[in-house]
Amino acid sequence: MIDLARSMSRTVGALAFVGALVLGAPGAGAESGPKVLKFIPQADLRSLDPIWTTAYITRNHGYMVYDTLFALDANFVPQPQMVDSYTVSPDKLKYSFTLRPGQKWHDGAPVRAADCVASLKRWEKRDPQGQKLAEFTASMDAVDDKSFTITLKEPFALVLDSLAKLSSNVPFMMPERIANTDAFQQITDATGSGPFKFVKEEWVPGNKAVYVKNTDYVPRKEPPSYAAGGKIAKVDRVEWLYVPDASTASAALSAGEVDYYEQPPVDLLPVLAKNKDIVVANIDPKGSQGVLRFNFLNPPFNNVKAREALLYLVDQTDYLRAIAGDPKNWQACASMFACGTPMATDAGTEILKGKRDPAKAKALLKEAGYNGEKVVILSATDQPIVNNQVLITAELLRQVGVDVDIQANDWGTMITRRASKEPLDKGGWNIFHTWVVAPDTATPLLNNAIRANGANAWFGWPDDPAIEKLRDAWVRAPDLEVQKKIAADLQVEAYKFIPYIPTGQFILPSAYRKNLDGVIIAPVTFLWNIEKK
Amino acid sequence: MFAYLLRRLLATIPVMLVVALFVFSLLYLSPGDPAVVIGGDTATAEDIARIREKLGLDQPFTVQFGTWLWNVVRGDLGISIFTNLPVSRLILQRIEPTLALTVCTMVLTIVVAVPMGVLAAWKVGTWIDRLVMAFAVLGFSFPVFVTGYLLIFGLSIWADLLPVQGYVSISNGLWAFLPNMVLPSLALGMVYTALIARITRASMLEVLSQDYIRTAHSKGLSSGKVLLGHALKNASVPIVTTIGIGLALLISGVVVTESVFAIPGLGRLTVDAILRRDYPIIQGVILVFSAAYVMVNLLIDVCYTFLDPRIRY
Repeated sequence: MIDLARSMSRTVGALAFVGALVLGAPGAGAESGPKVLKFIPQADLRSLDPIWTTAYITRNHGYMVYDTLFALDANFVPQPQMVDSYTVSPDKLKYSFTLRPGQKWHDGAPVRAADCVASLKRWEKRDPQGQKLAEFTASMDAVDDKSFTITLKEPFALVLDSLAKLSSNVPFMMPERIANTDAFQQITDATGSGPFKFVKEEWVPGNKAVYVKNTDYVPRKEPPSYAAGGKIAKVDRVEWLYVPDASTASAALSAGEVDYYEQPPVDLLPVLAKNKDIVVANIDPKGSQGVLRFNFLNPPFNNVKAREALLYLVDQTDYLRAIAGDPKNWQACASMFACGTPMATDAGTEILKGKRDPAKAKALLKEAGYNGEKVVILSATDQPIVNNQVLITAELLRQVGVDVDIQANDWGTMITRRASKEPLDKGGWNIFHTWVVAPDTATPLLNNAIRANGANAWFGWPDDPAIEKLRDAWVRAPDLEVQKKIAADLQVEAYKFIPYIPTGQFILPSAYRKNLDGVIIAPVTFLWNIEKK
Repeated sequence: MFAYLLRRLLATIPVMLVVALFVFSLLYLSPGDPAVVIGGDTATAEDIARIREKLGLDQPFTVQFGTWLWNVVRGDLGISIFTNLPVSRLILQRIEPTLALTVCTMVLTIVVAVPMGVLAAWKVGTWIDRLVMAFAVLGFSFPVFVTGYLLIFGLSIWADLLPVQGYVSISNGLWAFLPNMVLPSLALGMVYTALIARITRASMLEVLSQDYIRTAHSKGLSSGKVLLGHALKNASVPIVTTIGIGLALLISGVVVTESVFAIPGLGRLTVDAILRRDYPIIQGVILVFSAAYVMVNLLIDVCYTFLDPRIRY
C-alpha cells in the first residue's frame, strides 16, 4: 500500500515537473524585472505621423517619441525645450536659436539645426498656425549644426507661441531625412529625440503600442509644467493597451492588470472612485468645449435671427450634465476662448448667460422666415458626447415648433457628411455637434469654429468679414494686453454673428492605480515623470 | 474524390471574383471618405483633394477596382490608409488570436454540447432532458457581452482567478496562453453549446427511433454501445454540418467577444477599419473571410464521406 502511494506520488510529481517544463512555470523570472507602465489610451494608435493627422492619440504618441523646440508651460507661456538660448533682434524681425548640446536622435545621430528647419517646414504645410507663421516668414535657415534663424517679413508676436503649440498639429522635431517626406504622405519611421523610443516591431494597431525609455535623452533641469520642463522617463517601458470596451477597461484597472486608464466614461467613474486602490483625477483642468455648429449655406440658419433663437434656448448646464454628469466635472463657460486660458472673456455673452426665453426664440425663428421646414441635425451615435448634445438640441428646437430630423451616423460617416455643402434633399445638414479640447480653442488663431472666412472656413462655412478682420488684427497684436482687448472685441462680434454656440466646458477625468506617482496635470496626457512604486 | 476536390477548388474562383466585386462596389458606394477622416478638422478642400489624389481615391471606379484586383491576384492586399502597414501583415497579426479563440471555443463546445445532446436524447422527457433544454434556451438568450461581463465580474474581479482581458500568444507557452482564453471561450461558447446540444438531441432522437437501433438493443448491446457506436455515428452528419457552419460563423463572428476581452483578432480589425473607412483592410479581411467560408464548407463535404459511407463524390 505504501509502495503504491509512493509510486502515485512520484507519478504526480513527475507529471507536474513535465507539465511545468512543457507549459512554462507561471511567474518564472517575474521578479525585479523592468518597470512597465501599462496604459489604456483614449483611442487606438493608427497613425505614427503627428503632422499628417490631427488625431489626439497620434499627438500623444508624438509627445512620447519627439521633442519640441519650445513648449507651453502651465501659464500658457512658451518655454525653451530643445532650444538652449534664443535672441530676438530689436526690430523683432530676426529670431536666432541655439540648440541644447548633447541631444541625439533615437538612431544615435546628433540633432542638427538642419533637422529642425526641415521639421518646421513640413509642419507649416499642414498646420494652420504653422501656415500663419509661414505667411510672416521671409526665410528660415540653419546657420550651423547648432543654430538656426527665422527672419520675418513683418513683426509677428506669435513666433514662440507657434513653436510651442501644445495641441495638434504640434511642431515636433524629426531627423531631416524623415522631415523631408511630403507633408501629405505618412511617415513610417518614428525616430525622434524624445524621452521614449517607439518599438515598431511590437506595434499591433488596434491592440498595443510599446515604448522604451530613451537612455540617451538629456532632460531639462526645470520641473515639468505642461509640455515644458524636464521630461524624465521614470519607467523602463510603457505599453499602450487599447481596450475598446469601457467596462472591460475599468475591470482591468480594478484588477490591477493595467496602471492607468486615460479616459473612462463618466458613468463608470463612481464605480472606479469607490476602489481604494484607484485614483480618479482631473488631470486636464481646462477640459474641452462642446460645440453647436450651424450650416450657413442652408435655411433657416443662414439667417442670423434663427441662430440667435438658439442663443435664447441653449442652457449649457443641460448639455454639461448630459456630457459629463457630476457637476465637479464641468463649468458653464460662454467664452468662445476656453475658460482658464488667457483670452477667455465674458464680452458679448449676455444673451447666452441670460434667462432662457423660448417665446423669444420662437419669435426670432418666425422673423427668420422659418415655416415648419425640416431641420437636419447630424449625430454620431458611437460618440456619446456628440449624441447627448444632439438629443438636447433636438428637444429644445421641438419645443419651439421646429420639425427636427436627427440623422444618426457613426463618427466616420458624420465627419464625412458634415463636409457636404449640398441642400438637405441631397444629403445636406443644418446643425452638427462636436467638442474641442481647450488648447484648440484658446486663441482666435487656434479656434477653428470662430473663423468666418466663407468657403475656406470650418464646416458650416460662415462668412463675416468683421470677424476675419479682428482675427487678423489679433494675429498682428504686439503684446498680450492688446491681444486680450482684440479677443474681447472679436467675441462681441462673434456673438452678434453667431458662427457657433459653445455648449459649455467639461473635463473627462482619468483613473490610475495608487502606486503611480508624478502624473502631470496638463491638457495633454504626458507619461514622463510618472513613477511606478 | 481528387477530381471532386479540384472541381470544388476551381469553383471557388468565380465565387471569390463575385465577392471581390461586391465588396469593392459596396465600399465604393457607401458614405464616408477616408480623406476627410485623415484630413481632420483643419483640412481645407484642397488638402482633402490632395489626400484623395495620394490615395488614388480620385480615380474612376473601374480603374480603382482593376488596380486593386490586379494587386490581389499578385498577393498584394494593399496598404492600410491609416497605419500605412501592409494589409497582409495586419491580417497575419490578427489571424492567430481569432483562430485560437475559435479553436478553443469549438473544443469546449464539442466536449460539452455533444454529450449533453446525447444525454438529453437518451433521457428524453426526464428532468435531465428538460435541464439540458433549459440550458440551451438560456445559452441562446444571453447575449455574448452579458455573459462576458458576468464572467469577468465573477471569475476575475471577485474570485481573482483569471485575467480580465488581453491576449498572450501561444508562442509564449501554453501556460501563459490558456488563462486569457478561458473567459472568452466560455462566453462565446455558450451560444454554440446551446445550438449544438439542441441539434445533437434532435438528430439523436430521430436515429434512436429507427428499427436498427431497436435491433441493436434486442441483440443485447449495452446502451453505451448503442448510443455511441450506432446512434451517434449515424446522427453525426447534421451535427458536423452545424459544427462546420458554427466554425465559419465563429471565425467571422467573434467581434463582440474580441471587443469585450480586448483580443486583437480579425473581427475587431474589421470593425475598426469600417469605422475609419480604411478600405484596403475591409476589402482584404472580407476576402479572407469569404475564402474561409468556402474552405470550411468544402471540409464539411469531405467529412461526410467518412461519416456516411453512402455518400460518394
